[in-house]
Amino acid sequence: MTLQVMSGNSAQSYAAALARVHVIAAYPITPQTTIVEKLADFAASGQLPAQFVKVESEHSALQVCVSASSLGARTYTATSSQGLLLMHELLHWAAGLRTPIVMGVVNRAVAPPWNLGADHTDTMSQRDTGWVQFYAESNQEVLDTVLQAYRLAEDPAVRLPVMVTEDAFYLSHTVEPVEVPAQTEVDAFLPAREARAVLVPGRAARLGSFTGPDHYVEFRHEVAQAMARVPEVFRGVEEDYRSRMHRYHGGAVATYRVDDADAVLVTMGTMSTTARSVVDELRAEGRKVGLAKLRLFRPFPAAEFRELAGLVDRIGVVDRSFTFGAEGPAATEVAAAIYSGPHHPFLTNYMVGLGGREVTPQLVRAIFDRLLGAEGPGTRWMDLPQDAGEVTHG
Amino acid sequence: MAKLTIPAQELLRSGHSACPGCAPALAMRLMLKGLGPRTIVSIPACCWTVIDTPYPTTALGVAMLDNPIESTGASISGLRAAADALGIPDVTILGFAGDGGTADIGLQALSGMLERRTNAIYAMYDNEAYMNTGVQRSGATPLGAWTTTTPVGEGSHGKAEPKKDVMGIVLAHHPVYAATVNPSFPEDFVKKVEKARDLSGPRFFHIFAPCPPGWRYPSDQSIEIGKRATDCGVFPLYEVMDGHYHITRKGGALKPVREYFQAQGRFSHLGDADLDRVQAQVTADWNRLVRLESET
Repeated sequence: MTLQVMSGNSAQSYAAALARVHVIAAYPITPQTTIVEKLADFAASGQLPAQFVKVESEHSALQVCVSASSLGARTYTATSSQGLLLMHELLHWAAGLRTPIVMGVVNRAVAPPWNLGADHTDTMSQRDTGWVQFYAESNQEVLDTVLQAYRLAEDPAVRLPVMVTEDAFYLSHTVEPVEVPAQTEVDAFLPAREARAVLVPGRAARLGSFTGPDHYVEFRHEVAQAMARVPEVFRGVEEDYRSRMHRYHGGAVATYRVDDADAVLVTMGTMSTTARSVVDELRAEGRKVGLAKLRLFRPFPAAEFRELAGLVDRIGVVDRSFTFGAEGPAATEVAAAIYSGPHHPFLTNYMVGLGGREVTPQLVRAIFDRLLGAEGPGTRWMDLPQDAGEVTHG
Repeated sequence: MAKLTIPAQELLRSGHSACPGCAPALAMRLMLKGLGPRTIVSIPACCWTVIDTPYPTTALGVAMLDNPIESTGASISGLRAAADALGIPDVTILGFAGDGGTADIGLQALSGMLERRTNAIYAMYDNEAYMNTGVQRSGATPLGAWTTTTPVGEGSHGKAEPKKDVMGIVLAHHPVYAATVNPSFPEDFVKKVEKARDLSGPRFFHIFAPCPPGWRYPSDQSIEIGKRATDCGVFPLYEVMDGHYHITRKGGALKPVREYFQAQGRFSHLGDADLDRVQAQVTADWNRLVRLESET
């Protein structure tokens, strides 16, 4: 274990290298580019004996990973924003073919207008593709989660692709100290991928195929079942990681000071750090508030939220993307999860941080003030001029 | 009796679901005879998706991976990267795609694979339209051909644009080997495939692949149609290696293109003036090819 100062993007690169990936597909897009640049350096220096495939698009980047993974290789690629949108078709292929690809995604706003800032619209647009989705809060969490993602993805009970996301610039280009495990430690935690003998030279077999409704439903159901097994498998992966590396990021939903809270905010990614500090400030002022950091978005940790609903009276879900015609996607998921449980606290939704707009302590404090006050249900677009108007439905 | 040079091993089994007279089925049969059983083939959405038969069966005697229509070039780059990284020995990676999936929507991925110098074979079976979706024009559909999206009637006279020169595009990437093949000339076909198999680097085949329902001729005429296409110069057989052109079939003087065009319903609306223009173009293209052979 060594302590190194590095960016979130470097944390992605180091983790992929430590995972001893066989095949890397690389295509540039801001702010992801430095991930594959560093991997190119690792590969060129001989430090990482991987096939480094320089593709002509993100679509091809993911196809390279899908095909290489189909043959048994451990694969990695990374992208952002428009690049992830271009991959959309292949995201479905990766899950449907049960290829345990791990992909780094630097969350960036989508055009138009062009914008490079942090925003979750890119990955939220991919939530129905069958990929496991983790949202990271720190560079350490990026590195640890990428390593955990390989174990999870390749588990025979799962065999699904995983994306590990980080907010543009707040993590991708900001450096902080990161504990980097030794190669021997990683090798003990993450053994070589077990061969999956479908595509074998000299043997007749077809991976993909086509079916009518007689078999198609079974294929989709198998993916659904695999996704449903993720929470339990991930708990084991995270516990094993904790026992070996002595770091733990709090499971699917990392709660903070929620036990006697009147109001809890649900956050994702880097805004969680800001919100946690505001929780401490408000607690010092005697206000009972807490935080639930949503780390695993797919599969959605519904059980954790049903439990949370039994502890608090008011939940505010803070989204960094918006589903036009509905609300923030995390708010929809939390509401759906809670509905099937016995406790139904007051729930409302706050839109923040689109296109890299700062989520400041003052903004989080204002959200808590509203949530603890006479707030109504619906979606509140924060940090807009007073006359911008509310967006409501129904 | 002359000794057969085509391997006896069959890697396309009976029971596949190709239409009667399907040249793409013949093309796969010959391709795999040349490449042998240690081939992994990646196939995009195209007729061959269906020909291979639905889950849980497969008509091929080799391993097959499906990929979306536009990404065959990237898929074979991925398969090759994995085979090399995992140390899988003696494996041939083949992409086998239609003309729409190659000349149109798959052109970028093909270009990327060629430019990356992927050690794999890309084969385009050219039935000159989107046949699996029911005969819509592609960039590889020839000038004047009827398709469902280039109808014949008032104001429309079949496809208004000439066929895209896919070999020209491929050759601009300087592959280690590129050749045209035609199932009507199986020995030439397999000989070229065997030659390509033993090379390393990006290799390309343009396969002439007549389609009875799409081209509107009786299903027992595919071999004859293929012979005419080559013998009249519409589809010359040649190979390019290290920049050197070599025409592999020269049957003396070219036959008139009319014999090829008039055998197909898709061209039945073309008149003498149309065919005269086609003849002039085919003759010019042939002369250019002969010149390239002598100059390279």
